[in-house]
Amino acid sequence: MNLFAIRAIYRFEMARTRRTLLQSIVSPVISTSLYFVVFGAAIGSRIAEVDGVSYGAFIVPGLIMLSLLTQSVANASFGIYFPKFTGTIYELLSAPVSYLEIAASYVGAAATKSILLGLIILATAGLFVPIRVAHPFWMILFLVLTAVTFSLFGFIIGIWADNFEKLQLVPLLIITPLTFLGGSFYSISMLPPVWRTITLFNPVVYLVSGFRWSFYDLADVHVGVSLGMTVLFLALFLMIVAWIFRTGYRLKT
Amino acid sequence: MQNIISVSGLSKTYASGFQALKSVHLDIRRGEIFALLGPNGAGKTTLISIICGIVNASEGEVLVDGHDIVRDYRAARSKIGLVPQELTTDAFESVWATVSFSRGLFGRRADPAYLEKVLRDLSLWDKKDSRILTLSGGMKRRLLIAKALSHEPQILFLDEPTAGVDVNLRRDMWQLVRSLQAAGVTIILTTHYIDEAEEMADRIGVISRGEIVLVEEKSELMRKLGKKQMTLQLQSPLERIPPGLDAYRLDLSSDGSELTYTYDKQAERTGIIALLRDLNDAEIAFKDLHTTQSSLEDIFVTLLKDAK
Ligand SMILES: Nc1ncnc2c1ncn2[C@@H]1O[C@H](COP(=O)(O)OP(=O)(O)O)[C@@H](O)[C@H]1O
Ligand SMILES: [Mg+2]
Repeated sequence: MNLFAIRAIYRFEMARTRRTLLQSIVSPVISTSLYFVVFGAAIGSRIAEVDGVSYGAFIVPGLIMLSLLTQSVANASFGIYFPKFTGTIYELLSAPVSYLEIAASYVGAAATKSILLGLIILATAGLFVPIRVAHPFWMILFLVLTAVTFSLFGFIIGIWADNFEKLQLVPLLIITPLTFLGGSFYSISMLPPVWRTITLFNPVVYLVSGFRWSFYDLADVHVGVSLGMTVLFLALFLMIVAWIFRTGYRLKT
Repeated sequence: MQNIISVSGLSKTYASGFQALKSVHLDIRRGEIFALLGPNGAGKTTLISIICGIVNASEGEVLVDGHDIVRDYRAARSKIGLVPQELTTDAFESVWATVSFSRGLFGRRADPAYLEKVLRDLSLWDKKDSRILTLSGGMKRRLLIAKALSHEPQILFLDEPTAGVDVNLRRDMWQLVRSLQAAGVTIILTTHYIDEAEEMADRIGVISRGEIVLVEEKSELMRKLGKKQMTLQLQSPLERIPPGLDAYRLDLSSDGSELTYTYDKQAERTGIIALLRDLNDAEIAFKDLHTTQSSLEDIFVTLLKDAK
């Protein structure tokens, strides 16, 4: 195991975060606050409560999830795409590091960043509404698992993308819509039955539901199912990464 | 083990179907400076990229200090430093951060004293806190060398180290390469500048269209293939070469004042003595004479012509 390499890549990526602090941390916080003002204050004033939780507080887990998913994917995909784009990837490929070590360092750095971000958003939200966390252990578990899983997904996208458009495409066309339609801002029990069934095909539903349960004991699906689905995605993405590295897909000619 | 790198039967066909390497066999000796010489597109970068792990081989095997580059990639790669052809760097990093990164990436414990020495040797020490994007092209090239040396490799690949580099920097580069060799590093450089190979290398390999056409000691190569020319400055101009001297295939300069004789210096008899005697008999007097030796460039052209 080349621990020095893992540390070098991890530090490199975290240094990039520090350099782009404004972009990495401040802008998601601002946009989340805006969501909060619009959804929480403007719309929330018309929706009194969801299952006994004020609407403003109800959307907090969904908001965090939204940032967690988009930022994990964005961070990790950019982290590996950029060296491909500039050509500095030659050094990574010529180094005595295993693919697992490469993936672990990039995904680790991206996940760290989005977990920090999630916690910052949580703190920000705490300024607007009273928040309680019923199951802190589960809350952290979902936070970490989701961050890691979607950083892996981002890593895959970063390897797959061969131009900047593709890099933006997946977050824009898949992650954001699925998150908005995945019960971030509503409980799926509010939907008509047909839509409720369709929504269950949306993987984000399970992530948001489990995460919200760890806050308010409210869930659209059982928390065990949420956990199972998260682990399933994690395993799926791990398998894809393993395949990418075995074949050298888009990395080696 | 004398050979530090051993390439056997190495072929590469790119996804496009283009075959860039055709069953290459090549041994690099420990401690030597080896120049891989060939025109653009010959396959130099492809060969280096395979040895360093950046490109997958289609066929064949490479051993680096006895370690297979695929099965035992960690051991093989940790011995190698690579300076790529293109100036690819992380623009926003500092010089110090990027060399520290490279050292860590290659699995070495941090050693600021060593890195300081490397940067000083490459005249980059006063730039250590500068961002890379503020460096000049020459400095970036040296930075890439510093990165490649950061993990104390035994083998250094320099892919066209002096392409587009000014004369002074080229001299510095050559000096650096020699000092690295003195420190025990094996150096493989690619170039399409023949004078560079001639100046630097202990051995030269010529590659053309994915095939190694020839590998030879530089001196041996010069001896074997070198043609020599002897030019005689005549006392009085000649109108034409006397028929009796036809056998020597002499060239007469347009003003008739110089005669040039081309001979193979590997030949047992160069024919010089006989020529001088015959000139004497024909009463052609000369006031001066000098000889020149063909450069690698001429040899190279000859070789490629033969290979066709
Ligand atoms: N990724 C690639 N796909 C297809 N052909 C390639 C690729 N890389 C290089 N080539 C071709 O392989 C040949 C050898 O290239 P290269 O090894 O870069 O030559 P050199 O370094 O000697 O100039 C060239 O004809 C080049 O066009
Ligand atoms: Mg090249």
